[in-house]
Amino acid sequence: MIIAATNIGDPVFAKGLGLVVWAIVLVKLLAVFALLMGSVVFMIMFERKVIARLGNRWGPNRAGPNGWLQAVADGTKLIFKETLYLAEGDRFVYLLAPLISVVPAFVAFSIVPLGGTITIGGHTTRLQLADPPWGILVMLLASSIGVYGVMLAGWSSGSKYSLIGSVRAGAQMISYEAALGLSVATVVILSGSLHTGAIVAAQHGGFLYHWNILRSYGVPAAIFFIAATAEMTRPPFDLVEAEEELAGGFNLEYSAVGFMMFYLAEYMAVITNSAIFVTLFLGGPDGPRIAGNSIGPFWFTVKILVLLYIYVWIRATLPRLRYDQLMNFGWKQLIPASLALLLIVAAGRISWRWGLAALSGSILAFTFLARAIEVGEAQGPDGGMLSELEAP
Amino acid sequence: MSVLDSRFASFFKGFLVTGKQPAKPKVTVQYPEQKRAKPERLHGRHVLNRYEDGMEKCIGCELCAGVCPARCIYVRGADNPPDAPISPGERYGFVYEINFLRCIHCDLCVEACPTEAITESKLFEFSFTNRSDAIYTKAELVVDDAGKPKALPWEDWKPGDDTNTSAWVRATAPSGRSDLEGVPLWSGELGYGVRPPQAGQSDSAAADFPADFDISVREVGAAELKGVGVSTVRPVRRPGPASQRGPKRGPQGGQR
Repeated sequence: MIIAATNIGDPVFAKGLGLVVWAIVLVKLLAVFALLMGSVVFMIMFERKVIARLGNRWGPNRAGPNGWLQAVADGTKLIFKETLYLAEGDRFVYLLAPLISVVPAFVAFSIVPLGGTITIGGHTTRLQLADPPWGILVMLLASSIGVYGVMLAGWSSGSKYSLIGSVRAGAQMISYEAALGLSVATVVILSGSLHTGAIVAAQHGGFLYHWNILRSYGVPAAIFFIAATAEMTRPPFDLVEAEEELAGGFNLEYSAVGFMMFYLAEYMAVITNSAIFVTLFLGGPDGPRIAGNSIGPFWFTVKILVLLYIYVWIRATLPRLRYDQLMNFGWKQLIPASLALLLIVAAGRISWRWGLAALSGSILAFTFLARAIEVGEAQGPDGGMLSELEAP
Repeated sequence: MSVLDSRFASFFKGFLVTGKQPAKPKVTVQYPEQKRAKPERLHGRHVLNRYEDGMEKCIGCELCAGVCPARCIYVRGADNPPDAPISPGERYGFVYEINFLRCIHCDLCVEACPTEAITESKLFEFSFTNRSDAIYTKAELVVDDAGKPKALPWEDWKPGDDTNTSAWVRATAPSGRSDLEGVPLWSGELGYGVRPPQAGQSDSAAADFPADFDISVREVGAAELKGVGVSTVRPVRRPGPASQRGPKRGPQGGQR
């Protein structure tokens, strides 16, 4: 596409790779790191305070002004605690696993355009850390790598319960990854590009009505939101770390810094996924100008805050799913729905007749699928195999 | 079935329930600054009471130690020195220790005590920083000369915690007699005298005492005190039907 072709690549590299360019990139890297760490601390406090108010409580209000330093206090405590190892575990992988969880959450954030450009010493650069032309694939890559962190953590702990928890978590993450990828593919088809800047640019030109959330009829956005929630193992899909009924999950044997890294990775993933949701469906930094100035980062922050509030609200309201409910929902409802919407949106790009045909075909396919599931469930959990065997 | 009752709509109605909460008053009590009123019969830190004349009520019978489910009470009795008795009667508790690291504040010692010597105050906010501080001896447990519990440095006494250290009623009737249910039968206390009945209790002076009601412990105590020249003991009532006992007295009792 024309938009994509002209915009790919950060303009800072236009004048070659000088020392100043290196310095700018390094400063941007540190700034994004600091921004993300700061927002993780903010998110932890935001979640604890908001969920307390949704539960008719005050939440933490002792450490620091109004309790806002509680997360810092908790982190400081965890840093100074002793790291425990199980004799059965693999020491090296045990230490590596938290890093494998944290790093992808950082990496995924690097492709998010925060809106606008800044000029430092004659060099103009985007408010975006990395700008590869295959941008959105980095996000899918990162969320796939994150599964390894969870799996290796459970395996290397040397505890049966951790291993069971990590297998449970891995199965959940991989299942929902399919629906996540299909809803991202819908957006890619709509925008005609994998480049995050192009995806955002394709949504410009009108507040709300030109955003992908409406252009894709809302369903891929909802599926992305649900699948991302399951991918992050946040409530109501948090049976990965169900302390009450399943004796913890993959991070059962972790203490001190290792546990803190998993905790950080979880909250970092919330912010990263919100940022990507905003980029894909809510027009990124798109929003009304104030006094003729584009205030992209402001709108970006507002959108992220709204999403974070919704995440917390969901956590405060919905009870945890059972494992079979989780799997049924993912495989029998989310994936077919996202597949159907992918077909409808893709056919709609050709002509409205093709779109209608895809829509009616999807409805037909859904009817058959629903009937197939109904028949299958009527035969019992084993698909009727046992009863056939027992028949004389 | 209306649209609002459908499964889909009720999913979102759940969000309204939590969404409305921020506007409501919070249930949280900001604990160290704000405190809820304590229940009148809260089971807190123990005190060892004294009679109005300053005599200790404990007779060293070890019933409290025997009934204690946590085995946290250690008592040893001894004979009263004849010239300077500690308690009315023959024996007194000369060692009395409670280990508050083990005490579960079940109040069974209070139930067991025949002389109402051990009762519980409403103080529960006390935190010691070493184990020996957790073991309260007679020096800490016995009330002072004004009848007040001794406030130790690590105890957070609030007004009212110590005023009704014996504001209790046995779950069991005094002396185990069901016909004395609801009748307070406590003796007077140093600094407070005989306490008036609480809500739901009848005046002990007006109560019908069964003919065979045994108040020998107090009779013996009173006799002993008279023998050593102490006169301000609560008068001992002769058991008998209420009709024969003359006019009704006030809760503080009167000298016969």
